[in-house]
This record gives sequence, structure tokens and C-alpha cells, in this order.
Amino acid sequence: MATNFAKAARGINAAGLAAGLEHVSKSFVSPAGQQLVLDDISLDVAPGEFVTILGASGCGKSTLLNLVAGLDQPTTGSINTPGGRPALMFQEHALFPWLTAGKNIELALRLRGVPKSERHTEAKRLLELVRLGGAHGKRVHELSGGMRQRVAMARALAQDSDLLLMDEPFAAVDAITRDVLHGELTRIWEETNLSVLFVTHNVREAVRLAQRVVLLSSRPGRIAKEWTVDIPQPRRIEDSAVAELSLEITEHLRREIRRHGQH
Amino acid sequence: MASTDIAESTSTPGTPGTTTDDLAALEAGLDTIEIRRTPIRETFLKKVLPPFLAITLVLAVWQTLVSTDTTDETKLPAPSAVWDSLTQLWLQGTLFEIIWTSVSRGLLGFLLALAIGTPLGLLVARVKAVRAALGPILSGLQSLPSVAWVPPAVLWFGLNDTMMFTVILLGAVPSIANGLVSGVDQVPPLFLRAGRTLGATGIKGVWHIVMPAALPGYLAGLKQGWAFSWRSLMAAEIIASSPDLGLGLGQLLENGRNNIDLPGVFLAILLILIVGIAIDLLIFSPLERHVLHSRGLVVRN
Ligand SMILES: Nc1ncnc2c1ncn2[C@@H]1O[C@H](COP(=O)(O)OP(=O)(O)O)[C@@H](O)[C@H]1O
Ligand SMILES: [Mg+2]
Repeated sequence: MATNFAKAARGINAAGLAAGLEHVSKSFVSPAGQQLVLDDISLDVAPGEFVTILGASGCGKSTLLNLVAGLDQPTTGSINTPGGRPALMFQEHALFPWLTAGKNIELALRLRGVPKSERHTEAKRLLELVRLGGAHGKRVHELSGGMRQRVAMARALAQDSDLLLMDEPFAAVDAITRDVLHGELTRIWEETNLSVLFVTHNVREAVRLAQRVVLLSSRPGRIAKEWTVDIPQPRRIEDSAVAELSLEITEHLRREIRRHGQH
Repeated sequence: MASTDIAESTSTPGTPGTTTDDLAALEAGLDTIEIRRTPIRETFLKKVLPPFLAITLVLAVWQTLVSTDTTDETKLPAPSAVWDSLTQLWLQGTLFEIIWTSVSRGLLGFLLALAIGTPLGLLVARVKAVRAALGPILSGLQSLPSVAWVPPAVLWFGLNDTMMFTVILLGAVPSIANGLVSGVDQVPPLFLRAGRTLGATGIKGVWHIVMPAALPGYLAGLKQGWAFSWRSLMAAEIIASSPDLGLGLGQLLENGRNNIDLPGVFLAILLILIVGIAIDLLIFSPLERHVLHSRGLVVRN
């Protein structure tokens, strides 16, 4: 596709990977004993690729993203992010309430080493990218849920990382807002050379956004199946093609949950 | 040539359909409904008026007790007698000097306590071994009345300002450090993880994330630290009065006792109370209100 060509031309690791997971397992030690949460996960994310990881609640999606983000270490296996530290967007907006929306973004820029003189302009540009041009001086508590997630997205983009990790970022916003945010995310992803690893338990959301959907089983989390989504963007969550594939994937997800329930 | 292709290819795709823009407009409408502000003047009146009324009530009861001869003059002086003591001090030109002697000592001692209590609190909060070693001692010290430090401080340093500052530090440092520790403990782990993904680790993490996130708890500690500083100083001034030390409010109180001057004693107590409250109202309360308000947190009380 033309976009992929653009990404490859601007891209940093065109021949390499945005993220590479090799035989990653993760166990937590608790008083009840050792709990295997992720079992032998191998997954590659190509530069510019949009991958969603789909799984039931508690199957280890957040654990997996934390590992890729470097917030935690895998028990076995290795994780490679050649582009450096990935950006991470949480389910809760995780904006700092002692800073304004604009200053939240400027802090990310500052920590990245952007000189002081450029931070304000760059923060404005990022806010305009998420269509919140006027929100620079707003306090976090003055913003609605959807606006907060957009500022959080702008802050994640401020890290200028090749890889954006998103942990159910739209789970807590209403359906209308989520629809808008899906559109913006797709637009931003297509305008930049960003690779996205997006985690969700919402099948339609996964199909709406991704080029590739990876289904995770529960307890332990293993890769159960993968789908390539070749429905052209812009997609709508109500599109029949989206609905059709969602139905098929939901069947598999049900089977995974049922199989787990029999243990 | 390739570059023009890139420019075109990046701008054309992904433009969301008109339906998305309609949704965006609808969402913007929903957003405006959620935004609201609380009037500042109202909270100000709510905070200033009640204590003013309470003081008036106390004065009225006091005057009634005196004018109805419920107690005799040697137990409870008339408000007018206290007022006379005040005008006398004013006419002597020593009133502000006395207040300033104590206030400057108290504030300087507090700033010292701040400079020591802050890094100490951070160490206790962030380093496990330090917390295990010092945490219980700091909590214990907080409940020890600071008057207890006056005798040893006098023996260590004699009757001088060093002794006063030692007593203030021993009283205020634990409060400030403990306030910061509980502030740090209450920082949501989400902020720490968000900070780490943004690259705020080590000292940068403390400066950009931990300290600002812990600020409400830290401020509460500072407020309490000031109260302890002031109390400790008064204890020191009352017990260890000496002509070399200069006349402060504590000595004023002690002199009143020695001269069996009850109005003078009452005046000293009132001045100590007023200064303590004034510093809190002028410095710490506005600071606390500003911090809580700017974060959208409700101001208690
Ligand atoms: N720090 C931890 N210590 C112990 N168990 C954990 C920890 N983090 C997650 N788990 C466990 O791992 C499992 C997966 O959690 P999580 O990754 O949050 O799931 P998901 O994000 O898919 O809902 C859960 O059973 C949870 O109890
Ligand atoms: Mg999760």
C-alpha cells in the first residue's frame, strides 16, 4: 500500500522489527504458589504495523504490555524493541493532575530531551493532532473522559517512539467517544510511521483497528490463533465486513473461555 | 520524485469520513456539558466568617463572666485590662519587637526543619532499609512532647539560640518527614509507571513525579511541622528564659507569671495563639487550598 511505502521510506527499521518477542513466559509468585500467566509467547510486530491482542479479562494482556514496555521482566524468553523505549498508553488516562494538559505533554518532551524553546510549539502541534488545540492550559480535572484519553494519546506521541503500546485505552469511554477516538487513532497511525500494539477484550474494536488480530487464551495466556484483517480503512465498527470477522473471532474466543472454564 | 509520492500518500489516506466528523461534533457538545467551576469567593467566606463569629462569642462570654462578677479579678482579668497591657506594650514600642523575636526564630527553625525533614522523609519513603531503621523512630518522636527536649538541649548548648533551634528541629523534623512519607506512600502506582514509561527514573522520577504527586501529603506535614515548631519554641522560651536570649513571646508569658501580672499572662497567651493561627492562615492554608484546588480535589472542611 502507498501508506506502507511512505512508512518504509521514513521508517527507521524498515527491514527489522518494531518489537520481537521470543518464547516469552511470565510467572508470578504468590502465597498460593507460582502462577503461570503467560506461556511461550512469540510475536513479531513489523515497522508500521497495527496489531491487536485480544483476550478475556485476566488472561495476561496488561502483563504482556508491561513486559514489552520494560516495566517488568519476563521469567523466560526475550523481548526486543530495537527502536528504544516504547510509548505506553494505559486504560486510565494516567495524566498528572498537578500539570495542565499542555504541561503533561511538555514534560514528556522534556524527558525526551527536546529543548525548552521548542516544547510549547510541539505540545500545541500534538494537541492539534488529537484535535484539542484549545486545551493546552486546561487542568486534567476540567477535561471529559474522552478529552483526557486524547491528551494521553498526545503525551504518548510526544515520546516520539516507533512503537506505541495501548492497554485498553478506550475501555472506559462511552461508545460515541470511542468511535471518534478509533477514527483519530487510525488517522494518526496512517499519518505517521508508528507501529501499534493494541490490547483489548473487545472483538469489534480489535477488528475495527488492526491489520492483524492475535487471540490470547486464558490461564495461561498463549497465542491461540491469528487473523489478518484486510478490510480497507477507513472502517466503521458497524461495517458488515467488520461484523462478519468479529463473529468468527468471537466464536473462537468463546471456545477459549469455555475450555478454560472446564479446568 | 519519491519524496512527492510520500507527501501525497501520507496526506490522502486516513481522512476520516464525514460521519466521524459528525460524531466528533456531537462528542464536543457532550464535553462542554461536563465542564464546571466552583466559585472561590464562596469558599473564602465559608472559611473566614465562622472563626470570626466564634471569636466574638468567646469575647462576649468572657466579658459577661467578668461584669457579672462570676469570677474574681485575680483569676480572670477583664478584657479591658488585657487591652491595657497591649496598649502599654505598644506605647513602649516593644510589641512588634517581641513578636518578631519569636516569629523570626520560629520561621528560621521551621525552614531548618524543612531542609532536614524533606530529604530525610524522601530517604525513609524510598529506601527500604532506611524505612525499616528510622520509620518507627520517626513516628515515635512525633508523639513525644517537645518540651521534653528542653532540659537536654539546655545542658548541651546552654541558654542560647542554638538550644532553641535544637528544640524546634526535634519537634518539627519528624512531622515534616512523616508527612512526606505518607504523601509518597499515597502516590498512585499508576503515576510511577507512567513516569517510568516517559523516562522519569531515578532523580528525575523523584523530581518530576514523586514530589509533585506527594505534594498534598507533604503540605499537610508542613502545616503540622509549623505547629510543632511554634509549640516547641514557646516551650523553650518559657522554660529557658534568660536576659541574653532577647524578649520573645514565651519570655513575655514567663515574665507575666513572675510579676503576678495576670492581664500580661493573658495577653502573651493570646499573642502566641494569634501568631500561630496567622502564620497558618497566611501561608499554609492558601498553599494547601491552591494545590488541592488546582488538582480538582475537594478542600476539606
Ligand atoms: N504483579 C502481579 N502479581 C501477581 N499476580 C499478578 C500480577 N499482575 C498480574 N497478575 C495476575 O496475572 C493475571 C493476568 O493479569 P492482567 O495481565 O492484568 O490481565 P488482563 O490485562 O488481561 O486483564 C491475573 O490473574 C492477575 O491476577
Ligand atoms: Mg488489563
